[in-house]
Amino acid sequence: MTTPKKDFLHSLWDFFCSLKLIMFLLIALAAISIIGTVIPQGIPPEEYIAQVSPAKIKLYKALGFFDMYHSWWFILLLYLLTVNLIACSIKRLPHIWKIVTQPVTTMNATLEKSLANVSIIHIANDPALLKEQTASFLEKEFAKPLVTEQDGAWHLFAQKTPWCRLSVYFVHLSVIIIFIGSMIGSIFGYKGFVNILEGETVSKVMLRSDEELDLGFSLRLEQFSVAKYSSGAPKEFKSILTVLENGKPVPDYINARVIVNDPLTYKGITFYQSSYGNAGNYFFTVTDLDGKNSVPLTVNSQSSVNLPDGSSMHVTEATDDVSPFAAGLSGPAAQVELHSPNGETESFVVYANHPELNIEHAKEHGKGPVLQYKGAEERMYTGLQVAKDPGVEIVWLGCFLMVFGIYFAFFLSHRRVWVRIQNGTVTVGGNANKNQGAFQQTFEGLVDRLKTELIKEKE
Amino acid sequence: MNSSMLFNITTFAYLISMLVFFAFLASRAKVVGTAAIAIAYAGLFAQSVAIALRWKESYDIGVGHAPLSNLYESVVFFSWTIVLIYVLLDIKYKYRVIGAFVMPFALLGMAWAQLGMNAGIEPLVPALQSNWLLYHVVTCFLGYAAFAVACGISIMYLIKAGSEEASDKAAGSGLLAMFPPMRVLDDLNYRSIMIGFPLLTLGIITGAAWANYAWGTYWSWDPKETWSLIVWFVYAAFLHARITKGWVGKRAAWLSIIGFAATIFCYLGVNLFLSGLHSYGGK
Repeated sequence: MTTPKKDFLHSLWDFFCSLKLIMFLLIALAAISIIGTVIPQGIPPEEYIAQVSPAKIKLYKALGFFDMYHSWWFILLLYLLTVNLIACSIKRLPHIWKIVTQPVTTMNATLEKSLANVSIIHIANDPALLKEQTASFLEKEFAKPLVTEQDGAWHLFAQKTPWCRLSVYFVHLSVIIIFIGSMIGSIFGYKGFVNILEGETVSKVMLRSDEELDLGFSLRLEQFSVAKYSSGAPKEFKSILTVLENGKPVPDYINARVIVNDPLTYKGITFYQSSYGNAGNYFFTVTDLDGKNSVPLTVNSQSSVNLPDGSSMHVTEATDDVSPFAAGLSGPAAQVELHSPNGETESFVVYANHPELNIEHAKEHGKGPVLQYKGAEERMYTGLQVAKDPGVEIVWLGCFLMVFGIYFAFFLSHRRVWVRIQNGTVTVGGNANKNQGAFQQTFEGLVDRLKTELIKEKE
Repeated sequence: MNSSMLFNITTFAYLISMLVFFAFLASRAKVVGTAAIAIAYAGLFAQSVAIALRWKESYDIGVGHAPLSNLYESVVFFSWTIVLIYVLLDIKYKYRVIGAFVMPFALLGMAWAQLGMNAGIEPLVPALQSNWLLYHVVTCFLGYAAFAVACGISIMYLIKAGSEEASDKAAGSGLLAMFPPMRVLDDLNYRSIMIGFPLLTLGIITGAAWANYAWGTYWSWDPKETWSLIVWFVYAAFLHARITKGWVGKRAAWLSIIGFAATIFCYLGVNLFLSGLHSYGGK
């Protein structure tokens, strides 16, 4: 039957089974993956858009370069890889399976010629006795042999780790298991984010898909703290959280500690320490140049306020003690940024203990108003990553299988020894599917010892 | 004696070892080869002590952690693993001359670390405070080192293949006489990658496990992750090349060299040119 249709299917099958395809796919995946490490993934940042021409941005968007690892063509390559893996396995597995499960247990002339290691021992003794001696030798020194009698000759066959021939298929299977695990994660799991102020309780988190998710329970931030090394480098970011069901704290989840590298899991949802910030208030007074008409002003750290003259102001940084930054000065200070109605921006420091400096600054810039810093009320918030991934165990299973599969595939070999006892000769043949050099030494040692043993027994 | 002095001694030992290996190539005297590897051993010993000492010193100043936390420490460790993999290969297969093509990598690492980098011991930032750091870094760098050795062997293979093509007479003269036969080089290349590939796989998996534990996502296509996968793809291609018609020999050697170039980019290039999760602290 050589209808064109069958020919087409046949060649399609051959195409998917070919090693050339896997070489192409691996190299193509390696090369294409580079794109996404050079072009930022996700929503391109403004600085990037400013650098690149609009035409290019449009082209990249059309090609899916800003989310290339989820683009149809990248996924297609992964699918092709999967199909290729499965096809190769289907094509080669039956043959390997036969070698493993139905070994050739007798060594005929053809097999003998094909073997890399063959040794002949001449010894005139009773064949049945030689068979017994060789069998017990092999069992002791190599593996328990299978003994058969055929055409007046005794055949012994012994093998080690035949199943390691299958390990490469387990590696291929592991790749597919990892894909399945990641698909389960992306279908049934989610990733999200939540900011919680100290003392605040939340029950909803924002997902990456911009949807809001109801957790089904709530979470209260009792406290957030940052510990620092003496050098000023951060040592620990710590959130103290309490889980609440119907408004009541859940035992074992009261004042639970979450730090980087030590998350909190409740009902399959895990919360990871990710970021933090201050959402507290800064307090100022605004006066005229002569210190009259004092008006209190509260600026939230997350927003800006409008001043009487129409400019807007926000606080970029504040400290309880300015002395490390400015010699001779002391006390609290705040760095503020002013945007005046005419579009000018200025950034300067407002002090609490040095009103004269504040007045001086206002004078330099005209008529005022004068700002006086009064201090801050800190209110920390914590930023938590929220994730649920029911596929992750399957991914680990795949990884586990991959590591062991690779190890067995590389470092174990299927070693076989045949012995034929006939007409006063003991012919030993051996073969290994990998690492022939090492097997040759093993084989030669084995034959030497067998020879010594058989001769010794004879005497 | 402190770790810093010992690292300087190590660098010097690797320099001398490399030069003696070159002399070995030229002289073909066995005793010179023995001297070269003996110096490499001495350097490896000094470096091992130095790494252990630096570990202890970090505890002495109260910020105790394994010396694998920043660019300096990683380059030093990389250099250590390269020499380690080379001497293991030498113990097993006894092709000493490979040292002439491997020691330069180790020397380059040490020289760069000692001359160009800040060697201060710094406390661990919160993101690195995990036991996963040790497993992840050790497996990755042992893998990288095996690839470095494979790259050196592949360069030898290509030099030898080139000279055999150029002249019909057996390349039994000059420096190349010291080279193992092409068949052996090809085999050693494969064996090095056989050591490196499972280690890289473990390194990627431990990294994924750590990321999952710390951030709730085992894979986020961060440039470092992606580049490690690129390296994995290249060596997976190398392993399949050995059973693919038309890919054996020179092409496989080139794949091994490209693989190591990708490894170096994954290790350094990503940090120097791209942005992402692996920032080596202060850099």
